[in-house]
Formats: sequence, structure tokens, C-alpha cells
Amino acid sequence: MRHLLSTKGLTRDEAVMILDVAEDMADVAGREVKKLPALRGKTVVNLFFEDSTRTRISFEAAAKRLSADVINFSAKGSSVSKGESLKDTAQTLAAMGADAVVVRHQASGAPSVLAQSGWIDAGIVNAGDGTHEHPTQALLDAFTIRRRLHGASARGRDLDGVTVTIVGDILHSRVARSNVWLLTTLGARVHLVAPATLVPLGVGDWPVSVGYDLDDAIAGRPDVVMMLRIQAERMNAAFFPNAREYARQWGLGDERLALLPAASLVMHPGPMNRGLEISAQAADSARSTVLEQVANGVSIRMAVLYLLLSGASEGLG
Amino acid sequence: MTILITGATLPNGDRTDLLIDRGVITETGSGLSSAGAARIDADGLTALPGLVDLHTHLREPGFEQSETVLTGSRAAAIGGFTAVFAMANTSPVADTAGVVEQVASLGAEHGYVTVRPIGAVTAGLAGKTLAEIGAMAHSRAAVRVFSDDGLCVSDPLLMRRALEYVTTFGGVIAQHSQDPRLTEGAQMNEGALSSELGLAGWPAVAEESIIARDVLLAQHVGARLHVCHVSTAGSVDVIRWAKARGIAVTAEVTPHHLLLTEQLVRGYDSRFKVNPPLRREEDVLAQRAGLADGTIDIVATDHAPHPLESKECAWDEAANGMVGLESALSVVQAAVVDTGLMSFADVARVLSSKPAEIGRLSGYDAAFEVGAHANLALYDPAVSRAFSTEQLHGKGINSPYLARTLPGQVMTTIHDGYATVRDGRLVDADEVADAAREAVARG
Amino acid sequence: MTARLVLHQADIARALTRISHEILESNRGASDLVLLGIPTRGATLARRIGAILAGIEPNSIAPGSGTVGFLDVTMYRDDLAKNPTRAPSPTQIPAGGIDGKTVVLVDDVLYSGRTIRAALDAISDLGRPRAVRLAVLVDRGHRELPIRADFVGKNLPTSQSERINVRLTEVDGVDEVTIEGGES
Repeated sequence: MRHLLSTKGLTRDEAVMILDVAEDMADVAGREVKKLPALRGKTVVNLFFEDSTRTRISFEAAAKRLSADVINFSAKGSSVSKGESLKDTAQTLAAMGADAVVVRHQASGAPSVLAQSGWIDAGIVNAGDGTHEHPTQALLDAFTIRRRLHGASARGRDLDGVTVTIVGDILHSRVARSNVWLLTTLGARVHLVAPATLVPLGVGDWPVSVGYDLDDAIAGRPDVVMMLRIQAERMNAAFFPNAREYARQWGLGDERLALLPAASLVMHPGPMNRGLEISAQAADSARSTVLEQVANGVSIRMAVLYLLLSGASEGLG
Repeated sequence: MTILITGATLPNGDRTDLLIDRGVITETGSGLSSAGAARIDADGLTALPGLVDLHTHLREPGFEQSETVLTGSRAAAIGGFTAVFAMANTSPVADTAGVVEQVASLGAEHGYVTVRPIGAVTAGLAGKTLAEIGAMAHSRAAVRVFSDDGLCVSDPLLMRRALEYVTTFGGVIAQHSQDPRLTEGAQMNEGALSSELGLAGWPAVAEESIIARDVLLAQHVGARLHVCHVSTAGSVDVIRWAKARGIAVTAEVTPHHLLLTEQLVRGYDSRFKVNPPLRREEDVLAQRAGLADGTIDIVATDHAPHPLESKECAWDEAANGMVGLESALSVVQAAVVDTGLMSFADVARVLSSKPAEIGRLSGYDAAFEVGAHANLALYDPAVSRAFSTEQLHGKGINSPYLARTLPGQVMTTIHDGYATVRDGRLVDADEVADAAREAVARG
Repeated sequence: MTARLVLHQADIARALTRISHEILESNRGASDLVLLGIPTRGATLARRIGAILAGIEPNSIAPGSGTVGFLDVTMYRDDLAKNPTRAPSPTQIPAGGIDGKTVVLVDDVLYSGRTIRAALDAISDLGRPRAVRLAVLVDRGHRELPIRADFVGKNLPTSQSERINVRLTEVDGVDEVTIEGGES
């Protein structure tokens, strides 16, 4: 793998391989010495143009467990957060000998621009770009689902036939996009539920089904319900009238939770708005995978960094 | 200065020699000779009337790092243009007689092309109050086209007044049709692709609804309306409907909207970021059909140079716009001539006589007739060239055609009877300026 | 290019039986013994040796193959950056761990010694064995590190341009060791 910019371009076999490598990485977390020497001498830069402490520390932990050196570069708020700064920053990092750059950027496509720019030769990992994609989040979601469903025999398997309902602000969600491509590539059946204002135009071309009614979706007994974070500013832009109405129509409250099959997973990429898109009971129930998602995030990011940084450049994918 | 062009093929297919003396065509026919004339062998070349661009951003004053009147004029000349209309979104804005006179006189001084300034519709392009339209119309720049291009005159009442007011001076409003509320933060054409790429959508309806409103306003007040850079199939339909009702509307399409589709956005290469955005294949085909059947009157470049740093960044942060003067004729050939939709006679209409007529620019209504102004281009449609920054002569290199192969090349451009492009190369700036002074002295 | 057969199925079986006896002898029985095979074929060999040991000393070996594990060394290799990316195999350590045990590393071919160096590093991240031994089916020489095997099925002097192929029924459908190439 040269870069990881999106899940759209991943094949089933590539995706399964990443998940399998992540299984091996997860084993390391249970050991005495939680560290592998695989990326000794490599430098990983976390280049964050947008705040995200969770994602940054997850990548940082992943890189450190693989013995890479980690440099955190927060470009937000500093003098370099617009315009040519992307180029300047990239060239600076190249001069410092970065082997991989983990990029979080408010603009969709910024990691692609970096990867194609010729400003820097490092492998680029998209850690969330605008409203485009967040591939490692989708990979960790798939990993979490696979582990819950298949346990120790998860290796080598995909998500064939698993039904996943994704609920909320699909329009602005990079997590939703990455999950739609990845989960369907892995054989899952994905159903999107949102008010029509938050369903992207042209979604008819996506390999998913779309509905507006969460109760209908829950009655369909999905294996997984993934709740997306709803941002307060959407209310002001007339996507829906107010938080109360949103929570009533599209929130996973206690009553809906009770109607959900006991084996169904409740997922959330975090950070959660408890009481808005998800009730406290739903977030904390045994069905919730929220904390596993965090732990699995480190394993997935280890796998991605390993696959990106080990091997001669013409390696896999 | 006397120039003898031999063996040129006119847009109507006739072959002729052309003798040019003191700024006008003095003789046509075969076997012409003139002692002491500079001879240009045009065998195999198509003679086109000097091209007129109704929509150019020359950037001066204020944004000289992007383009100047001189560099933009040179880019125009190499593209076969002899006149350009310079958009008003400079700094200061071209909303007073002073600014437009300065731009016009800079153009005249450099001499590569006739520069006709476009005046702003509203003071400071702010969309609140009318600019000094009368003063600009009566200035030495004799402004006849008014536009807030880059911004839409979205206030319906202000638009109505503007349409009415310019009628007083025989002018026209060139509207940048974009509903601002429907396009807040817009980055590309809204549709399945924008959803996939996570880029905020610029919906077709934001253009079509403004055009629909404006043609009805124009009809209501009996004014002329010109629609800038039509980009959607729906817009073509609205304009076709308006023309059928006898509304005095004209419309332009850019070369890039005749050739390129939104699929190019896929790589987030900001060279393809433009406003209005590249649209779907069916929109491109609708533009071509509309241009061929006369619904769309003209091609205008929307030449929009930007410095490198405005494009070397993430898509959202990149400036809108493409340079287009150098490539316009080749792109038009590729899009509508080589596809069999239009002839070079049609090209002469949509890139010369009709834009001149809309802009009230005289001297372009009787091309190649004895006594006509000698503004022309000799074009070789048979060559094909890999388009690169070598072909760009303005300051901007934000061309979407780099690394593409385009047909045709302008070999000669003659403006006011003197050459600005010779053997496919720009004539030296001093020589052009001297010739321009001579032409002015001659009157 | 012709391949020369150097070990038949029976040769391999005999070598593994002998290695098993030697392991028991040096360890004075099977107690506190952990076999760690290096994937892919070392893992297969470790399973076979484990089965032989269970046959020889049925009382001291727990039922099944409890003392057999697998040690993936991919992450510890020193040539990660020079070869195409390898997907690691799972590491499985027997339930009792390796602390205080005698670990016998099992691999198919001993060559430069770099794989074993990586395995030693991997072991030290997993625990602290009392001793680490090395069993290989074939030792072909050309060591680049100060490493030697304690138990060797067959010493096969080779030239560096030759290639040793170990094929095992569980992986390749056949038991054999061949030599290919070289200046013949």
C-alpha cells in the first residue's frame, strides 16, 4: 500500500488483509511488552489541520507500538492553516524525512492533493478529510463488527450478509461514506436512515438502501446500528427544526433500544451527543461497542502504518 | 504598413488574397500583389475575423500578480483575439469612469488587442447600490457592458433597476447567474459525484432560477439581458424558451463548459475548479447543441488567471477560475467543429461578430470585405499540439488543458492592420506598441 | 532448471524422530518444554515434533499439542524495508506461557541466521524462557550471524546461488526437500 486515502479503492481482499493484520496487532496489546520493532527508524508525522485529540492519540499510540518516531504537527490555529500552507508544510515535513504523514484536514481531498502533489514522497494516511472519507474509522468499525460476530475465528472472513443500518447526518459524514464503501465491499448490506435533508444527492447510485424511518429500520432487525454524531450547527442551516425533533425521530433512545434484537451491535464513532442521537443507556449497554471501537482503532492504525511503511515501495496494493 | 496575405481560406470556404493597408482591407481576390508589402503565406490556413472575448479578467488594477492588461493582452493575441472585454472585479472595482478609462488606455497603449472595460453594476460589487453607470458609459472608455461578474446581482429589485437604467445608455447587463444562498460554500457541481467526493454542491437550479427570473424581468422592463457562462442543460432550456417568447436575451458559454466534465474533479486537482463548476456530460452536450442552434449566442473565455499559490492547495481553499484565452479557439474546434456541429463560419459568428454586436463594439460586422477594419487571425486547424505551459502567455498557468492534445494553432493575428502574432509567435511588445501609436495617429 | 531431490518422505520422518529424541534427551524429558514453530513450514514441523514427543512420552505431555505454539517473526525482521510487504501470521503461545520454560524454536531451513535473530527478539518481548534451543530440518550453511542449531535434521552444504525447497504434506501436498539452481 502506497497511501490510504479512501476505502472506495480497496478491494475485498485488501480490506480483509488489513483486518487480519490488525488481528495480529491486537494480540500485541495483550502482551507484556506492547511494542513491536517493525517500524524502528521510521518517522510518522501526525499533521492535523483540524482538532481531533482522539484520532491523533490513536495514531500516535499505533505508531509508537510499532517503534516508529512520532512527530505531532498541529497546523490549526497557527499561522499556517490556509492556502499555500499545505504545500509549505508538506515540503517542511519532506525535508525532515517523514516516512508517513497522517493527515486530518477540514477540506475534502486534501490528503489526495498531498499524495499527488510531488511536494512530499511519504506515504499519506487520510485521518479524515472534510466531508469526504475517514478510512481508518471505517476499517476499525468493520474490524469491531467482525470480531463481535466471529470472535477468534475472524481471520480471513468478510462481512458477508451482515446488515448494518447507519443513522444520522450522512450528508456531512466522512465516517458514513467510508463505511458505505468498505462495508459493502466486505459483503455487508448497508441501509441509511436520515431525514431527507441529510441524505446526499445522488445516493441512488450508492450500493445501499435508504429510508427515512428509524423505527422501520429497527423492525428489520439489523445486525448493527451505527449512530452518527449530529452537529448543532446543522439546526441553524435548516436541515431539521431542532434537537428535540431530531432525537424523537432519529435518536436511538431507550424505547428503540428495547426493540432492537439483543444480539444487535450499537456503534458510534464518537464523540457522542448523549441524549441527542444516542441515549446514555444505549451508549453504555452491553450491545454498545463504543469503547471496543477505541481500542480497535489502535490495532487498525498499526496495521495500516505497518502495511504502508514496511516493504519496498512497490509492495502490496 | 502594408500586409499582403496570400491564399487564405475564408470562413465560408472561399480562397482569397487579402491586401491590408493603413488598418483596413483594401483589396481581396486572387493573384494580388503589392510592392513593399509584408507577405504572409496563408496557404492551408483559415482566416477568421479577429476574435472578440466578451468575458476576460485582466486583473489590473489591483491584482497584477495574477495578470496585467499587457500580459492578458498578449495571451489574447496569441489566441487570435483582437478585442477583449475586461471584467470589472478589479481593485479598485471598475465602478467609476476613472478606473475604466485607465484600463482602456492601458490596452490602447500596449496595442495587442482592443480592451473594452466592463463596468460594475453595483458600487464596489457590493450588490447594494448602482455604480456610476452613466459616467462610465459617457467616459472615454464608452462602457456598454455592465457586470458584477464573480458575484450575482441577486437582489431582484436592484436587478430590475439595473436592467432599466442601462437601457438609457444602450448598455446591457451581463449577469453572473448564481443564487448566493443556494451556493453557500459550493465547491463543484451538485450531484452523485459531489456526494461521493464530499464537496459542497453547486446545484444547477441555483443558475437556472436566476436566469429564469432575469429573463422575465428583462421582458417586463423591455431591456436587454446577457447571461454569462451558461453551464447547465436546464439553463439552455430556459434561454431557448425566453428567446421563443421574443425576450431580448443573449447568452455565452465558455470553452471549458463545451469540453470538460465534472469527472475531472475526481482527483481534487484544483486546476479544474471554476465557477460555475464543470457539469455533467449531458450538460456539456446541451451547451454544444445550444451553441449550434443559436440558443447560446457566443463563446466567451472567462479567462481567469490566478497565481500559482491560489491553486496549490486543498480544493476548498483554491481559487475558482481557469485561463482560457490561449486555448479558446482550439477548444471550440475540438468541441463543436471537429464534432461536426458547427463550421468555421459559425465559429466566426460566435467568437467575433456576435460578441462584438452584444458589446456594441464597431468594426466587426463586415469581416473580410473591402473597407473593413483589418482585425483577423490566420488559423491552422490541421495541426494538433500537446498543450503545455509553453503555449501560455499570460501570467496564469492555471489551464485545465495542460498535458492534453488540442487541435489547431493561431499562426498570425492582425489587430488594426498590424501583426501582433507572426509565425505562431507573439510580436515583440515594443514593435506592437509602436504600431499601435501609428494606428492611433492615422486615426 | 532441474531440482535435485535430497530428502524423501522417509528421510524427513526419520530426521524428525531423531530430533525429537535428542530434544527429550537434552531436556531430560518433556517437562517445561515449549515448541515454537516459525510459520509457515516451521509451524508444521513443530506440530509434527509435538506429536512425536507425545508418542514417546505420553505421560509427560498434556493431551493435544499444548506445548506447541507458533511464533511469527515478521515484525522483527531486519529486511522489512527491502522486500515487498509481508502480511504477518498469527503468533500463538501455549496457555502456560514461556516464562521459565525451555523453548525450542523450530524452522525448516537454517541459512543466514537472521530469521532466528528476529525470533530471539520476538521471544524476549513475550517473556523470559529458562533456555532457548533451535531445531531445524535443514542447515545449509552461509551463516551471517553467530547462531547455530542445537538439533539438525540434515546438514546440506550448498552454494549461495542454490535454492533449497522444503515441501511438507500439510502445506504443499508432498514431503520432500530439493535443491535447485547453482552452477551445475
